[in-house]
Amino acid sequence: MALTLISTHTASADSSIDITSGITSTYDSYEFHMVNMHPANNNVNFTFQVNADGQSGFNETITSTSFRAYLKEDGTGGTLGYDGGADQAEGTAYQRILSTGTGSDNDQCVSGVMTLFAPASTTYVKHFTAVGNGTDHGEYEVTSYMGGYINVTAAIDEISFKFDSGNIDAGTIKMFGVS
Amino acid sequence: MANAVEKFNNVAIASTEAINGITDANLQALNGLEFTGVPDAHTLISTHTASASSSLDITSGIDSTYDVYEFRFVNMHPATNGVDFFFQVNAAGASGFNETMTTTVFRAAHDEADSATTLTYQTSDDQAQGTGYQSIGNYGGNDNDQAVSGVLTLYAPSSTTYVKHFTARATDHMAHDQAGDFFVAGYINTTSAIDEISFKMEAGNIDAGTIKMYGIATS
Repeated sequence: MALTLISTHTASADSSIDITSGITSTYDSYEFHMVNMHPANNNVNFTFQVNADGQSGFNETITSTSFRAYLKEDGTGGTLGYDGGADQAEGTAYQRILSTGTGSDNDQCVSGVMTLFAPASTTYVKHFTAVGNGTDHGEYEVTSYMGGYINVTAAIDEISFKFDSGNIDAGTIKMFGVS
Repeated sequence: MANAVEKFNNVAIASTEAINGITDANLQALNGLEFTGVPDAHTLISTHTASASSSLDITSGIDSTYDVYEFRFVNMHPATNGVDFFFQVNAAGASGFNETMTTTVFRAAHDEADSATTLTYQTSDDQAQGTGYQSIGNYGGNDNDQAVSGVLTLYAPSSTTYVKHFTARATDHMAHDQAGDFFVAGYINTTSAIDEISFKMEAGNIDAGTIKMYGIATS
Protein backbone atom coordinates (compact mmCIF):
# COMPACT_ATOMS: atom_id res chain seq x y z
CA MET A 1 0.00 0.00 0.00
CA ALA A 2 1.56 3.23 -1.10
CA LEU A 3 -0.47 5.30 1.36
CA THR A 4 -0.34 3.69 4.78
CA LEU A 5 -2.32 4.87 7.77
CA ILE A 6 0.14 5.12 10.65
CA SER A 7 -1.96 6.64 13.38
CA THR A 8 -5.19 8.48 14.15
CA HIS A 9 -5.43 11.30 16.67
CA THR A 10 -8.77 12.60 17.89
CA ALA A 11 -9.07 15.85 19.78
CA SER A 12 -11.47 16.38 22.64
CA ALA A 13 -10.90 19.74 24.30
CA ASP A 14 -7.14 19.29 23.90
CA SER A 15 -4.62 22.12 23.99
CA SER A 16 -2.68 20.38 21.21
CA ILE A 17 -2.26 17.15 19.31
CA ASP A 18 1.35 16.06 19.56
CA ILE A 19 2.48 13.15 17.42
CA THR A 20 5.65 11.88 19.02
CA SER A 21 6.11 8.53 17.32
CA GLY A 22 5.88 7.11 13.84
CA ILE A 23 7.83 9.79 11.96
CA THR A 24 10.94 7.94 10.85
CA SER A 25 12.89 7.02 7.75
CA THR A 26 10.33 4.36 6.88
CA TYR A 27 8.57 6.70 4.43
CA ASP A 28 9.78 9.34 1.97
CA SER A 29 6.96 11.65 2.82
CA TYR A 30 4.14 11.92 5.30
CA GLU A 31 0.61 13.18 4.83
CA PHE A 32 -1.51 14.60 7.62
CA HIS A 33 -5.24 14.63 6.88
CA MET A 34 -7.02 17.00 9.23
CA VAL A 35 -10.78 16.74 9.31
CA ASN A 36 -13.19 19.11 11.01
CA MET A 37 -10.75 20.74 13.41
CA HIS A 38 -13.12 22.76 15.56
CA PRO A 39 -11.73 25.48 17.85
CA ALA A 40 -12.96 26.29 21.31
CA ASN A 41 -12.20 29.99 20.73
CA ASN A 42 -13.52 32.21 17.99
CA ASN A 43 -11.31 33.76 15.30
CA VAL A 44 -8.25 31.56 15.73
CA ASN A 45 -5.69 29.99 13.43
CA PHE A 46 -4.77 26.33 13.11
CA THR A 47 -1.00 25.83 13.34
CA PHE A 48 1.80 23.27 13.42
CA GLN A 49 5.40 23.02 14.59
CA VAL A 50 7.97 20.24 14.70
CA ASN A 51 10.77 19.01 16.91
CA ALA A 52 14.11 17.77 15.65
CA ASP A 53 15.40 14.41 16.76
CA GLY A 54 17.15 14.69 20.11
CA GLN A 55 15.93 18.23 20.73
CA SER A 56 13.22 19.53 23.01
CA GLY A 57 10.31 21.78 22.26
CA PHE A 58 8.35 22.48 19.10
CA ASN A 59 10.39 25.43 17.92
CA GLU A 60 12.32 24.70 14.73
CA THR A 61 13.18 27.49 12.29
CA ILE A 62 10.71 27.92 9.41
CA THR A 63 10.59 30.08 6.30
CA SER A 64 7.21 29.88 4.64
CA THR A 65 4.75 31.36 2.17
CA SER A 66 1.01 31.78 2.45
CA PHE A 67 -1.74 32.89 0.12
CA ARG A 68 -5.45 32.48 0.22
CA ALA A 69 -8.72 32.95 -1.60
CA TYR A 70 -11.83 33.94 0.28
CA LEU A 71 -15.43 34.93 -0.28
CA LYS A 72 -18.11 36.03 2.13
CA GLU A 73 -21.35 34.09 2.31
CA ASP A 74 -23.26 37.11 1.01
CA GLY A 75 -21.20 36.97 -2.18
CA THR A 76 -18.99 39.97 -1.45
CA GLY A 77 -15.28 40.30 -0.88
CA GLY A 78 -13.96 37.67 -3.26
CA THR A 79 -10.18 37.99 -3.07
CA LEU A 80 -6.98 36.16 -3.96
CA GLY A 81 -3.85 37.47 -2.28
CA TYR A 82 -0.65 36.84 -0.41
CA ASP A 83 -1.23 36.60 3.33
CA GLY A 84 1.67 38.29 5.07
CA GLY A 85 0.16 37.57 8.46
CA ALA A 86 0.50 33.83 8.05
CA ASP A 87 4.07 33.41 6.79
CA GLN A 88 7.37 33.24 8.66
CA ALA A 89 10.93 34.32 7.83
CA GLU A 90 13.27 32.15 9.86
CA GLY A 91 10.68 32.15 12.62
CA THR A 92 10.38 29.56 15.36
CA ALA A 93 6.70 30.04 16.09
CA TYR A 94 3.93 27.62 15.22
CA GLN A 95 3.18 27.92 11.49
CA ARG A 96 -0.36 28.66 10.38
CA ILE A 97 -1.80 26.07 8.03
CA LEU A 98 -5.09 25.21 6.34
CA SER A 99 -6.98 28.44 6.95
CA THR A 100 -7.15 31.56 9.08
CA GLY A 101 -9.61 33.25 11.40
CA THR A 102 -11.62 30.10 11.97
CA GLY A 103 -14.89 30.56 13.79
CA SER A 104 -16.13 28.57 16.76
CA ASP A 105 -19.81 28.35 15.84
CA ASN A 106 -21.02 24.80 16.22
CA ASP A 107 -20.81 24.19 12.47
CA GLN A 108 -17.50 25.98 11.86
CA CYS A 109 -14.18 24.22 11.51
CA VAL A 110 -11.18 23.77 9.24
CA SER A 111 -10.05 20.77 7.19
CA GLY A 112 -7.15 20.04 4.89
CA VAL A 113 -3.99 18.14 4.09
CA MET A 114 -0.37 18.81 4.90
CA THR A 115 2.53 16.99 3.24
CA LEU A 116 5.93 16.78 4.93
CA PHE A 117 8.74 15.64 2.64
CA ALA A 118 11.62 13.46 3.81
CA PRO A 119 11.59 14.37 7.51
CA ALA A 120 14.32 11.83 8.27
CA SER A 121 16.86 13.43 5.95
CA THR A 122 19.98 14.65 7.69
CA THR A 123 21.20 16.43 4.54
CA TYR A 124 18.42 18.73 3.38
CA VAL A 125 15.99 21.21 4.85
CA LYS A 126 12.49 19.79 5.26
CA HIS A 127 9.89 20.94 2.73
CA PHE A 128 6.19 21.04 3.47
CA THR A 129 3.01 22.03 1.64
CA ALA A 130 -0.51 22.41 2.95
CA VAL A 131 -3.90 23.25 1.55
CA GLY A 132 -7.00 23.71 3.62
CA ASN A 133 -10.43 25.13 3.72
CA GLY A 134 -12.08 26.80 6.68
CA THR A 135 -15.08 28.74 7.80
CA ASP A 136 -13.98 32.15 8.94
CA HIS A 137 -15.58 33.73 12.01
CA GLY A 138 -16.90 36.52 9.78
CA GLU A 139 -18.80 34.06 7.60
CA TYR A 140 -16.16 33.78 4.91
CA GLU A 141 -15.10 30.68 3.07
CA VAL A 142 -11.30 30.69 3.18
CA THR A 143 -9.01 28.42 1.17
CA SER A 144 -5.35 28.75 2.12
CA TYR A 145 -2.14 27.44 0.58
CA MET A 146 0.96 27.31 2.77
CA GLY A 147 4.38 26.03 1.78
CA GLY A 148 7.93 26.35 2.95
CA TYR A 149 10.80 24.63 4.64
CA ILE A 150 11.95 23.83 8.12
CA ASN A 151 15.48 25.18 7.98
CA VAL A 152 17.25 22.38 9.77
CA THR A 153 19.25 19.43 8.49
CA ALA A 154 18.58 17.36 11.62
CA ALA A 155 15.88 14.72 11.27
CA ILE A 156 12.34 15.67 12.31
CA ASP A 157 10.59 13.06 14.41
CA GLU A 158 7.79 14.89 16.21
CA ILE A 159 5.01 17.22 15.13
CA SER A 160 2.48 19.27 17.05
CA PHE A 161 -0.82 20.80 15.95
CA LYS A 162 -2.86 23.37 17.85
CA PHE A 163 -4.94 26.51 17.53
CA ASP A 164 -3.07 29.69 18.33
CA SER A 165 -5.51 30.34 21.16
CA GLY A 166 -7.67 27.99 23.16
CA ASN A 167 -8.24 24.29 22.82
CA ILE A 168 -8.93 22.05 19.86
CA ASP A 169 -12.50 21.32 20.83
CA ALA A 170 -12.83 18.44 18.36
CA GLY A 171 -11.33 17.04 15.20
CA THR A 172 -9.29 14.18 13.81
CA ILE A 173 -5.81 14.02 12.36
CA LYS A 174 -4.69 10.95 10.45
CA MET A 175 -1.01 10.48 9.69
CA PHE A 176 -0.16 8.51 6.57
CA GLY A 177 3.17 7.34 5.27
CA VAL A 178 3.76 7.50 1.53
CA SER A 179 6.07 4.70 0.51
CA MET B 1 -15.76 -14.84 -2.56
CA ALA B 2 -12.22 -15.52 -3.74
CA ASN B 3 -9.87 -13.38 -1.75
CA ALA B 4 -6.28 -12.57 -2.76
CA VAL B 5 -6.10 -9.38 -0.70
CA GLU B 6 -4.53 -9.85 2.71
CA LYS B 7 -4.44 -6.38 4.23
CA PHE B 8 -5.87 -2.87 3.97
CA ASN B 9 -3.82 -0.16 5.69
CA ASN B 10 -2.06 -2.87 7.64
CA VAL B 11 -5.35 -4.29 8.93
CA ALA B 12 -5.65 -7.95 8.13
CA ILE B 13 -8.66 -8.82 6.01
CA ALA B 14 -9.70 -11.28 8.65
CA SER B 15 -10.07 -8.35 11.04
CA THR B 16 -11.91 -6.10 8.59
CA GLU B 17 -15.64 -6.03 9.11
CA ALA B 18 -16.64 -3.22 6.79
CA ILE B 19 -15.24 -0.78 4.25
CA ASN B 20 -17.07 2.51 3.78
CA GLY B 21 -20.02 0.98 5.54
CA ILE B 22 -20.20 -2.04 3.30
CA THR B 23 -19.80 -5.21 5.24
CA ASP B 24 -17.24 -7.73 4.18
CA ALA B 25 -19.92 -10.24 3.32
CA ASN B 26 -21.37 -7.87 0.72
CA LEU B 27 -18.08 -6.55 -0.61
CA GLN B 28 -17.36 -8.11 -3.95
CA ALA B 29 -15.31 -5.47 -5.73
CA LEU B 30 -13.27 -2.34 -5.13
CA ASN B 31 -12.91 0.37 -7.75
CA GLY B 32 -14.77 -1.84 -10.16
CA LEU B 33 -12.28 -4.67 -9.85
CA GLU B 34 -13.09 -8.07 -8.48
CA PHE B 35 -11.54 -8.84 -5.14
CA THR B 36 -9.15 -11.36 -6.63
CA GLY B 37 -7.56 -8.77 -8.91
CA VAL B 38 -7.92 -5.51 -7.07
CA PRO B 39 -4.70 -3.50 -6.97
CA ASP B 40 -3.88 -0.87 -4.38
CA ALA B 41 -5.74 2.36 -5.03
CA HIS B 42 -2.39 4.10 -5.07
CA THR B 43 0.26 1.78 -6.44
CA LEU B 44 3.98 2.37 -6.52
CA ILE B 45 5.12 1.49 -10.05
CA SER B 46 8.78 2.44 -9.99
CA THR B 47 11.44 4.39 -8.13
CA HIS B 48 14.13 6.45 -9.86
CA THR B 49 17.13 7.79 -7.97
CA ALA B 50 19.43 10.44 -9.40
CA SER B 51 23.16 10.42 -8.85
CA ALA B 52 24.85 13.09 -10.92
CA SER B 53 22.33 12.30 -13.65
CA SER B 54 21.70 14.53 -16.65
CA SER B 55 18.06 13.44 -16.54
CA LEU B 56 15.72 10.82 -15.13
CA ASP B 57 13.81 9.29 -18.02
CA ILE B 58 10.94 6.95 -17.23
CA THR B 59 10.39 4.91 -20.36
CA SER B 60 8.14 2.12 -19.12
CA GLY B 61 5.11 1.74 -16.90
CA ILE B 62 2.97 4.55 -18.32
CA ASP B 63 0.08 2.86 -20.07
CA SER B 64 -3.67 2.34 -19.85
CA THR B 65 -3.49 0.42 -16.58
CA TYR B 66 -4.23 3.56 -14.59
CA ASP B 67 -6.36 6.64 -15.17
CA VAL B 68 -4.00 8.92 -13.31
CA TYR B 69 -0.26 8.86 -12.65
CA GLU B 70 1.42 10.66 -9.80
CA PHE B 71 5.12 11.51 -9.66
CA ARG B 72 6.44 12.37 -6.21
CA PHE B 73 9.84 14.02 -6.41
CA VAL B 74 11.72 14.36 -3.14
CA ASN B 75 14.83 16.43 -2.49
CA MET B 76 15.84 16.99 -6.10
CA HIS B 77 19.21 18.62 -5.62
CA PRO B 78 20.81 20.46 -8.56
CA ALA B 79 24.49 20.46 -9.35
CA THR B 80 24.15 24.01 -10.68
CA ASN B 81 22.92 26.93 -8.62
CA GLY B 82 19.70 28.78 -9.45
CA VAL B 83 18.11 26.37 -11.88
CA ASP B 84 14.55 25.22 -12.53
CA PHE B 85 13.42 21.61 -12.33
CA PHE B 86 11.82 20.49 -15.62
CA PHE B 87 9.74 17.76 -17.20
CA GLN B 88 8.72 16.80 -20.73
CA VAL B 89 7.00 13.77 -22.29
CA ASN B 90 7.16 11.63 -25.38
CA ALA B 91 4.18 10.33 -27.31
CA ALA B 92 3.91 6.64 -28.09
CA GLY B 93 5.72 5.85 -31.29
CA ALA B 94 7.39 9.25 -31.48
CA SER B 95 10.94 10.18 -30.56
CA GLY B 96 12.31 12.85 -28.28
CA PHE B 97 10.87 14.65 -25.27
CA ASN B 98 9.33 17.52 -27.19
CA GLU B 99 5.54 17.42 -27.11
CA THR B 100 3.54 20.64 -27.45
CA MET B 101 2.31 22.20 -24.21
CA THR B 102 0.25 25.15 -23.10
CA THR B 103 0.69 25.87 -19.39
CA THR B 104 0.09 28.27 -16.54
CA VAL B 105 2.50 29.01 -13.70
CA PHE B 106 2.23 31.04 -10.51
CA ARG B 107 4.15 31.07 -7.30
CA ALA B 108 4.27 32.42 -3.77
CA ALA B 109 7.68 33.29 -2.37
CA HIS B 110 9.10 34.65 0.87
CA ASP B 111 12.72 35.23 1.76
CA GLU B 112 14.47 34.32 4.97
CA ALA B 113 15.31 37.98 5.63
CA ASP B 114 11.60 38.83 5.54
CA SER B 115 12.28 41.58 3.02
CA ALA B 116 10.09 40.33 0.19
CA THR B 117 6.90 38.40 -0.38
CA THR B 118 5.16 37.73 -3.64
CA LEU B 119 2.22 35.97 -5.25
CA THR B 120 2.68 36.33 -8.98
CA TYR B 121 1.96 34.78 -12.33
CA GLN B 122 5.24 33.60 -13.87
CA THR B 123 5.19 34.55 -17.53
CA SER B 124 8.81 33.51 -17.85
CA ASP B 125 7.98 29.92 -16.91
CA ASP B 126 4.79 29.19 -18.85
CA GLN B 127 4.52 27.89 -22.39
CA ALA B 128 2.08 28.66 -25.22
CA GLN B 129 2.23 25.75 -27.61
CA GLY B 130 5.86 25.33 -26.66
CA THR B 131 7.89 22.17 -27.04
CA GLY B 132 10.49 22.91 -24.39
CA TYR B 133 10.80 21.22 -21.04
CA GLN B 134 8.24 22.66 -18.61
CA SER B 135 9.43 24.11 -15.32
CA ILE B 136 7.85 22.54 -12.23
CA GLY B 137 10.39 23.78 -9.68
CA ASN B 138 11.74 27.28 -9.51
CA TYR B 139 15.31 28.57 -9.15
CA GLY B 140 16.57 25.82 -6.88
CA GLY B 141 19.73 26.38 -4.93
CA ASN B 142 22.65 24.00 -4.86
CA ASP B 143 23.84 24.56 -1.30
CA ASN B 144 24.25 21.21 0.36
CA ASP B 145 20.93 21.52 2.19
CA GLN B 146 18.90 22.99 -0.70
CA ALA B 147 16.49 21.03 -2.91
CA VAL B 148 13.01 20.96 -4.39
CA SER B 149 10.20 18.53 -3.57
CA GLY B 150 6.68 18.14 -4.88
CA VAL B 151 4.07 16.20 -6.80
CA LEU B 152 3.21 16.11 -10.51
CA THR B 153 -0.11 14.53 -11.50
CA LEU B 154 -0.65 13.41 -15.10
CA TYR B 155 -4.20 12.57 -16.15
CA ALA B 156 -5.12 9.80 -18.58
CA PRO B 157 -1.86 9.66 -20.52
CA SER B 158 -3.06 6.73 -22.59
CA SER B 159 -6.07 8.55 -24.01
CA THR B 160 -6.06 8.78 -27.80
CA THR B 161 -9.03 11.16 -27.79
CA TYR B 162 -8.11 14.03 -25.49
CA VAL B 163 -5.17 16.29 -24.75
CA LYS B 164 -3.28 15.32 -21.58
CA HIS B 165 -3.84 17.46 -18.51
CA PHE B 166 -1.37 17.81 -15.67
CA THR B 167 -0.99 19.71 -12.41
CA ALA B 168 2.07 20.17 -10.23
CA ARG B 169 2.93 21.77 -6.93
CA ALA B 170 6.48 22.06 -5.65
CA THR B 171 8.15 23.66 -2.68
CA ASP B 172 11.67 25.01 -3.14
CA HIS B 173 14.52 26.21 -1.08
CA MET B 174 15.53 28.72 -3.74
CA ALA B 175 19.04 29.85 -4.52
CA HIS B 176 18.58 33.23 -2.90
CA ASP B 177 17.34 31.74 0.35
CA GLN B 178 13.64 32.03 -0.35
CA ALA B 179 10.84 29.60 0.27
CA GLY B 180 8.93 29.10 -2.96
CA ASP B 181 5.54 27.45 -3.45
CA PHE B 182 5.24 26.76 -7.18
CA PHE B 183 2.00 25.87 -8.98
CA VAL B 184 2.03 24.63 -12.57
CA ALA B 185 -0.79 23.25 -14.70
CA GLY B 186 -1.64 22.80 -18.32
CA TYR B 187 -2.10 20.32 -21.08
CA ILE B 188 0.06 18.44 -23.50
CA ASN B 189 -1.63 19.26 -26.76
CA THR B 190 -1.61 15.88 -28.40
CA THR B 191 -4.23 13.17 -28.78
CA SER B 192 -1.54 10.52 -29.06
CA ALA B 193 -0.92 8.41 -25.97
CA ILE B 194 1.94 9.50 -23.73
CA ASP B 195 4.17 6.65 -22.59
CA GLU B 196 7.46 8.28 -21.54
CA ILE B 197 8.40 11.16 -19.25
CA SER B 198 11.68 12.90 -18.59
CA PHE B 199 12.84 15.06 -15.67
CA LYS B 200 15.95 17.22 -15.60
CA MET B 201 17.38 20.45 -14.32
CA GLU B 202 17.38 23.58 -16.45
CA ALA B 203 21.17 23.33 -16.57
CA GLY B 204 23.64 20.85 -15.15
CA ASN B 205 22.97 17.51 -13.56
CA ILE B 206 20.48 16.30 -11.03
CA ASP B 207 23.03 15.75 -8.31
CA ALA B 208 20.65 13.70 -6.13
CA GLY B 209 17.00 13.05 -5.54
CA THR B 210 14.27 10.45 -5.89
CA ILE B 211 11.20 10.27 -8.09
CA LYS B 212 8.51 7.70 -7.38
CA MET B 213 5.85 6.98 -9.98
CA TYR B 214 2.44 5.85 -8.72
CA GLY B 215 -0.63 4.65 -10.55
CA ILE B 216 -4.03 5.66 -9.29
CA ALA B 217 -6.51 2.84 -9.76
CA THR B 218 -8.88 2.96 -12.68
CA SER B 219 -12.34 4.25 -11.96
